[in-house]
This record gives sequence, C-alpha cells and structure tokens, in this order.
Amino acid sequence: MSEFTRAFEQAGNLLIALDPDIFGIVALSLQVSLTAVIIATLIALPLGATLALTRFPGRGIPITILNAFMGLPPVVVGLAVYLLLSRAGPLGEFGLLFTPGAMITAQAILVLPLIAALTRQTIEDLATEYREDLASLGANRARMLPTLLWEGRFSLTTGVLAGFGRAIAEVGAVFIVGGNIDGVTRVMTTAITLETSKGNLGMALGLGIILIGLTIGINAIAMAVSRFGRLRYGA
Amino acid sequence: MKARDDTLFPARLDDIGFVAEGRQLLSGITTRIGRVPITVLLGPNGAGKTLLMRICRGLLIPTRGSVSWGNADIGRLGVRVGYVPQHPVMLRRSVEANVTYALALAGVPRQRRSEAARSALAAVRLEGFARTGARRLSGGERQRLAIARAWSQRPAALLMDEPASHLDPAATTSIEESIEAVRDAGTRIILCTHDLNQARRLADEVVFMHHGRILEQASGSVFFDRPQSEEARRFVAGELLV
Repeated sequence: MSEFTRAFEQAGNLLIALDPDIFGIVALSLQVSLTAVIIATLIALPLGATLALTRFPGRGIPITILNAFMGLPPVVVGLAVYLLLSRAGPLGEFGLLFTPGAMITAQAILVLPLIAALTRQTIEDLATEYREDLASLGANRARMLPTLLWEGRFSLTTGVLAGFGRAIAEVGAVFIVGGNIDGVTRVMTTAITLETSKGNLGMALGLGIILIGLTIGINAIAMAVSRFGRLRYGA
Repeated sequence: MKARDDTLFPARLDDIGFVAEGRQLLSGITTRIGRVPITVLLGPNGAGKTLLMRICRGLLIPTRGSVSWGNADIGRLGVRVGYVPQHPVMLRRSVEANVTYALALAGVPRQRRSEAARSALAAVRLEGFARTGARRLSGGERQRLAIARAWSQRPAALLMDEPASHLDPAATTSIEESIEAVRDAGTRIILCTHDLNQARRLADEVVFMHHGRILEQASGSVFFDRPQSEEARRFVAGELLV
C-alpha cells in the first residue's frame, strides 16, 4: 500500500515539475496518434460512405471484413507493418522502420477499419432517412456522399474519437515498429511498459494519469462541440 | 433561374400498376395531370395517392405502365419536377442553408444563392428564421421550408404529399398561403390529400382515388357539386370510406 502511495506521490511531483522527459513523450504520442487518426479518417470516411451508398454483388464481403477488422490485434498489425518496412520488405527502401512514420502507419491501419465500419453504418442509416428527399432535390449518388457525411458529422465524431482512443492507447504495434527508442519513438504506452518493468512506478503512473486525462479531455472537447452543434441545428 | 417549362404538361400516366409483397396497390391508372394550376389527388388513407406521387416523381418504378412528362426521361427529371414529401427531412443546418443547398443542386451560381434563398423564404413567410436550425422548426414551419426548398429550384411542377396533415388551422392556413404563392409564381401543383375541405379550397381539378384506382376526375366545382361515383358521393358527403 505504501508503495502505491509513493508511486502516486512521485507521479504528482513529476507532473507538478512539468518534467521535460514526460512532456516529450506526451508530445510524440499526440503527434503520432493524431496524425494516424487524421490519415485514417481521410480514407475511412469516403470508403465507409461509398460502401454504404453502393450496391454490388458480394457487397457483404468487404462489410464483413471491415467489421471484423475493427478488432484487429495491434501486435499482428505491428508485425505486418514491420515485415513491410523492414530492410528486406517491399517498402524497406524508405527506411521508415523505428521512426514515428512507421508508428503512424501502424496506428492508421489499426484505426482505419474502425472508423470506416462506423461510418458505413452511420451513412447507411442516414441514407434510409434522406435518400428520397435528396433525390427529389436532384442529388445524385456522388452528391449524396458528401452531403450525408456532413449530416452525420455529430455521430461520425464519435467514431473518429473511438479511433483516437484506440490509437493512443495501443502498445503492441508501436512497440514492434517503433522500437521504443528514447527521444525518438518512445510514446506514453511503450514508456509505461518500460518504466513498469524497471520498477519506476511513479513515472509509469504519471504517464498513465496523463494518458487517461488526455483521452478524457479530447473526448470532452469533441463531445462539447458535437453537443453545441446538435443544440444549434437540432438532433 | 429557369423559366417555367410548359413542355412537360400534361404528365401522361399510362396503365400504371404497382404490386408490393403480393398486394396490388395501384392498378389501371391512366390519366393526364398538370393541365391546371392545382390538381388535387383526393381520397381516403390507403387509396394509393402517395405511391402514385412517388411514381410520378420517378422515385419508384411502377410494376406496369409508365409516366411521362412531355418528352422528359422520368429518370432525368432533375429539378424540373419538385417533390415535397409528407414528412420532409431537414438537413442539419440553418433554414437558409437548406434552401441554398437546393439552389446549389439546381446549378444556381454561389453568389446568387443567398438572395434567391431569401426570396424563397419570404414567399413562405419564413424570412425571419433564416439563421435558425432547420430541425428546430415546428411541423408547419418545416413543411413551409420544404416547400420553399423545393420551389427555390423553380420547378415547372411541384408534387406535394399531404402538406398539412396533422397541423392545426393556423399552420394549415400558412401552408395553403404558401401553396398559393407558389401557384401564383407559375409552378403547377399536384397535391395529394385526404382532407376534403382543403381540396375544396385549393383544387382546380380533382382526381379521386380509392383502393388504388382512379374513380373520377373532374374540375373542382363539378366534382364537389356533382360527384359521379358512389364512393365519391359518400366521400363528399363526409361518410367514412374504408
């Protein structure tokens, strides 16, 4: 119990002292995860919306794969990206392995199916509601796609936030492709793992508190914006 | 903004039939509509009015028969024939933005959209709500916005499905004034309703439907003074048709 209390005390001191090591790790974590989520979102939104609005034979197959990949194991994604980016791999010449670029790639792959699957479901539901009205106003399918994405912005925000939560909290993929190199690829989750294994519980706990705080903070901001929008324009 | 396109009229409905889940919902519908400023499809609930409207707009393909608006391809009516559904869906944006969206689809240049939207909103007396969220409007205001949104595209014909159902007299009056404003601007209106009194107030021509068939078609005055079919006589007399 006293060790637990000491860990909290040490974590508090590190946070109050604005420890530069901690904040370097936090900054890199945010940079990697936010970039990964932005890239994944730019691909996943049109992909999910297109799947929602198009009908073709075998459509159930990509939908099933997308839904299944929402639960992709991070270590498997990490391994796949490692094989792609390693010197002997097809993308080895870019020298991305053990760089933040590799970590962004892995996290983007990890969250893309999650955001795309949630987008597909959201847009499909909206299309049921909007299709006739939009068609009668002269909107074709190409025009409906951005319209429905915008109409679903409040719900889609939740999907993107889920993606961010998955990205910033995962450890397996970034550990494999980033290597947890101090000052280069060390992010909050890999640092927590390392510090815990070294018995440096105060540092680990401090990072853990920041990780949870950031997740809550970003979700709170996004939900506040979403709530304001719903109040302004109606549900 | 496009001028009225008279080449679409009258719309020809030839032997329209519609079957869903083994039920014959429309059958043998052959007529011409849109020859007068306001045509009312009148009949009790379940007569097939909404179904026929959606087929006329090209939103549903009939099981048999065809609809033609002049030489226009029913699948490519674009904004020439507007449609206001019974429960219009408002976009999650402001009242004015709902109209400017429709104007964008009609190909109106961006710099002219705001002025055109304000003009359409003024016609239905919603100019004071331009910045309000469209989904925050009351039922009657939403209907008027739906009319303004569809009419802003300056369609030659506007199909309206029960535009005042479940609304109180004040809201109904506002809707009917909006319909008259659209009519006065030269757009032909095809409106379906089960409200006998609304049909009396608005109809230049009545198409009376029951059980998926047209039983009678006549000018408003002739229909209400001398209904020909037994069903129409009972309906005009206020009896419940089932």
